[in-house]
Amino acid sequence: MSTSTEKEMWVTKLRKGWQKNLPVEKLLPDTQPAYVASWIYLFGVATLASLGLIIATGLWLSFEGASWYHGSNVGHFVNSLHFWSVQFFFVFMVVHLWGKFWMAAWRGRRMLTWITGALAFVGSIATAFTGYLVQSNFDSQWISYEAKDGFNSVGIGSRFTVTNFGQMLLLHVAFLPVIIGIITLIHVLLVRAKGVVPPIDAFNKELGERK
Amino acid sequence: MSDRRAELESAPWGGRTRRYDLIKEGVVAVVIVAIVVAALSTLFGSPDEKQVTFKEWATAAPADFYATSVQELAGSSGTGGYGAPYNKASDGVNLGPLYLAKLLGVTHPVDTVNDFVITPLTTVSNAAPVADALKTWQASDAKTQSTWATNYDNALTKVNQDQAKVPAGNYGPVPELAAGLLTMAQAGSLDGALLSQGNYFQTDNTKQTLFLGDGSYFNDKSTASNLQGSTWGMMNETGRYPGQAWLWLYSFWYQIPPFNNGDSHPFGANADAWIMVIMGALSLGLIIMPLIPIVNKLPYKIKIHRLVWKNYYQEENL
Ligand code: HEM
Repeated sequence: MSTSTEKEMWVTKLRKGWQKNLPVEKLLPDTQPAYVASWIYLFGVATLASLGLIIATGLWLSFEGASWYHGSNVGHFVNSLHFWSVQFFFVFMVVHLWGKFWMAAWRGRRMLTWITGALAFVGSIATAFTGYLVQSNFDSQWISYEAKDGFNSVGIGSRFTVTNFGQMLLLHVAFLPVIIGIITLIHVLLVRAKGVVPPIDAFNKELGERK
Repeated sequence: MSDRRAELESAPWGGRTRRYDLIKEGVVAVVIVAIVVAALSTLFGSPDEKQVTFKEWATAAPADFYATSVQELAGSSGTGGYGAPYNKASDGVNLGPLYLAKLLGVTHPVDTVNDFVITPLTTVSNAAPVADALKTWQASDAKTQSTWATNYDNALTKVNQDQAKVPAGNYGPVPELAAGLLTMAQAGSLDGALLSQGNYFQTDNTKQTLFLGDGSYFNDKSTASNLQGSTWGMMNETGRYPGQAWLWLYSFWYQIPPFNNGDSHPFGANADAWIMVIMGALSLGLIIMPLIPIVNKLPYKIKIHRLVWKNYYQEENL
């Protein structure tokens, strides 16, 4: 094959781009820069770990069905596992978010890492909200009754019907988690591809700036 | 920031490194979080306050249920006057000249008279007075029906929903219909009838939820659990469980003027819409935060990063 046809093929472009930006040595490195030594770095991983637990317990709940998680002891325990994983997920994510803010971690062409993170945050709020709606207890009745006014007020309610249990359940277990999963995957791959952002003053000497 | 700086900060790191096992870190994180989550689940469980049913409502607060049924027939309930997306009874909430809900139309039609009262009643075999009342109602024109229901609704409101004190008047079959629905609800057959509306597969609880919310029983119950929007209810849960604490900022706007000014004030009446717009804008702001002047300079001014990278700054004498 000549090099010119190779260049035209999409598959070639993809392979080359992938190899250039995210070779497996970058994806799974043995070392990190010396500055990656702080408790704040644990919060991204902890968020990821909680997300994993949310998905695992959520799948368990899905296979048993909506009348199981408030109708049986085992069901309610798995429901509790799911619930507390979500609470931790948000605590970890919010600390992670503030950490990355004060580190100005979007520096050095990492803007897209920030954007995907923020999208994950907003998307997670939507996902958790639909989750609260499908608890099938008093709270979910009340939340759907109250929240309908918010969505109706700007017309979103004409399609997104919070009082429709079936619609909320489908969005909660299918559409929204898939979106969050994809965004998170891109987010983490971007971090690996770009490397962890150096400290703000790391290049003061090179830049001839005062400290 | 200078291009030179962006270049240095995006280039592969050329300085000192340390051994770091990402996979081990991830696995340990999953195990630790799982242990803590299992411990909390065992100790505290999760919110489990039972759902309200129509049977419960009609049994615990029959007068409230009865009066609400009359309001549904008269079209004077919250749902009856709601507007889009359920009906055309009002213009609904607006953002100044923009009536978004109305613009998008009635996508989820709810007819309180038939969906909430008449159709459910036709799905069961009723005692003679109720069956006769149903026949009388169905044989009359809409205008007469509305006159009867409105008369009785007003009369009932005047005597504080005390059915026994309502003076005689031109109410047609309305008292019997409401009594029939009450009996049906107390027997536990209204929940299913409201959901199915004569069909087999059904997962849309809109009609049940709207009807439930039109009465006082459901609202009082949520007030007792601190779930009302005016008391930060959006982020609360039943019992002592954490709710959607991450909605604190959304909930915050409902607690301050002009949004808590009541329905007579344009911002109070349309708070839902304005707050939705504010939160939409703030969410967008978060997403593009690195581009927002001043805000994106804060981390350089307030040097929390020196704590984060404390060791490194010491080692490198920065
Ligand atoms: C689903 C939620 C999220 C997950 C699972 C997640 C996961 C991670 C992980 C594992 C890392 C690398 C380790 C670390 O630096 O902590 C990371 C880095 C990062 N995250 Fe997130 N994150 C999430 C949400 C967010 C949010 C809400 C933001 C901010 C709006 C954000 C911004 C960043 C940035 C800028 C980096 C790059 C840091 C660097 O280069 O040093 N992330 N994230």
